[in-house]
Amino acid sequence: MLKCNNIRKSFGELRVFDGFTHEFAERKLTVILGKSGCGKTTLLNLLMGLQKPDSGEVLRNGQISAIFQENRLCENLSVSANIRLVTGKRLSKAQIAVELAAVGLSNCENKPARELSGGMKRRTALLRALLAEYDILFADEPFKGLDTDTKRDVMLYFKEKTADKTVVLVTHDSDECATLADETLRLG
Amino acid sequence: MHRLKKFGTTAAAALFWIVVWYIIALKLDSNIILVTPIEAAKRLFKLVRLGDFWRSVLFSAARVLLGFALGLVIGTLLAVASKKLRLVRALFSPLISAMKSIPVASFTILALIWIGSKNLSVLVSFLICVPIVCGNMLEGLDNLDPKLTEMSHIFRISPWKRFVGVYLSQLLPYFRSAARLGIGLCWKSGIAAEVIGIPNHSIGEKLYQSKVYLETADLFAWTAVVILLSFICEKLFILLLNILQKRVERM
Repeated sequence: MLKCNNIRKSFGELRVFDGFTHEFAERKLTVILGKSGCGKTTLLNLLMGLQKPDSGEVLRNGQISAIFQENRLCENLSVSANIRLVTGKRLSKAQIAVELAAVGLSNCENKPARELSGGMKRRTALLRALLAEYDILFADEPFKGLDTDTKRDVMLYFKEKTADKTVVLVTHDSDECATLADETLRLG
Repeated sequence: MHRLKKFGTTAAAALFWIVVWYIIALKLDSNIILVTPIEAAKRLFKLVRLGDFWRSVLFSAARVLLGFALGLVIGTLLAVASKKLRLVRALFSPLISAMKSIPVASFTILALIWIGSKNLSVLVSFLICVPIVCGNMLEGLDNLDPKLTEMSHIFRISPWKRFVGVYLSQLLPYFRSAARLGIGLCWKSGIAAEVIGIPNHSIGEKLYQSKVYLETADLFAWTAVVILLSFICEKLFILLLNILQKRVERM
């Protein structure tokens, strides 16, 4: 279950949510759309528990995983170590290498994250979130910075990996929305 | 290839300065003011064949390195305590600043009164190392990315993995630069302290004797020994840290 109940949230004078209520569909992918500054990332942070609402409540059951707006990779760890940090011993190095290849990161497992390009970092952050154990996935512009071809392939991989999971995805891109969304929530 | 080129450049620069030294020594033509590098090298080869040489090297190295190791541990602990507790930071911040600017000679004379000459270089090396390590590690701790901590909570990363993968991986570069700077300064200050305290069978004692007896060749030979020891210690320590960094990187 993932539900917002009458949430109010302000930043100084700016009121972002004023009594926002919504129940997210279970085992579906909900895309949150809206203009910049309308509170999409704030809503994700509230849902993840990274920010507290001024009033109201977030009800959530199950383990979560996240693709943050910034990649939040450990820059001094290798790509493989960044992923193993969240998977533990559940996945072997060979299994991780296979998954890396699936998102176009073959032979990158031993590279430190600091040496990756922006797009490679994004894919590593995405893969880390998808390979973690979770019931609900929060994804903030997960395909940002990827070129058209890579984005298409990664989106297919994403869709396959998140089938039967509750996903809340923030994007500006209507194509992403059309390809991925089971439900759409428009803010602002 | 790149390493070989770098080594070649360093060797060429060293050779250049040795030639400059040789020319100046020839021009001055005085074994008291300046000996030639050849005479210094000859003296060094004579010294290494003496049992007393190795005794002095062991005596000084053990003490300087003990002071350095203690400085690393206490400096790191002090940085962690300063990060965690405002009171500790407020209390130790002026002390650390003062330790950075107090002359080594002042430390040494005080330490000589307190603990005598035998272990003087341990205390002086320690006092030199602590502010460097504490300052660097505190900077590292202040620069820890809070968003990575958030990330580790979201993904329920275990405390040990969080410590190694999230914190240690961010702090190692700061520790490395502190250790690199600290080890050279520990040798410099430790030996300077020995020259003032003149403990028996120390490198400092040998340097002091070369001054008293105007044995300039000995002075240069022992100075070369200190430079070499400092260089070897730094390289070995950095090698150890590189191995640790690789292990953390691929945890």
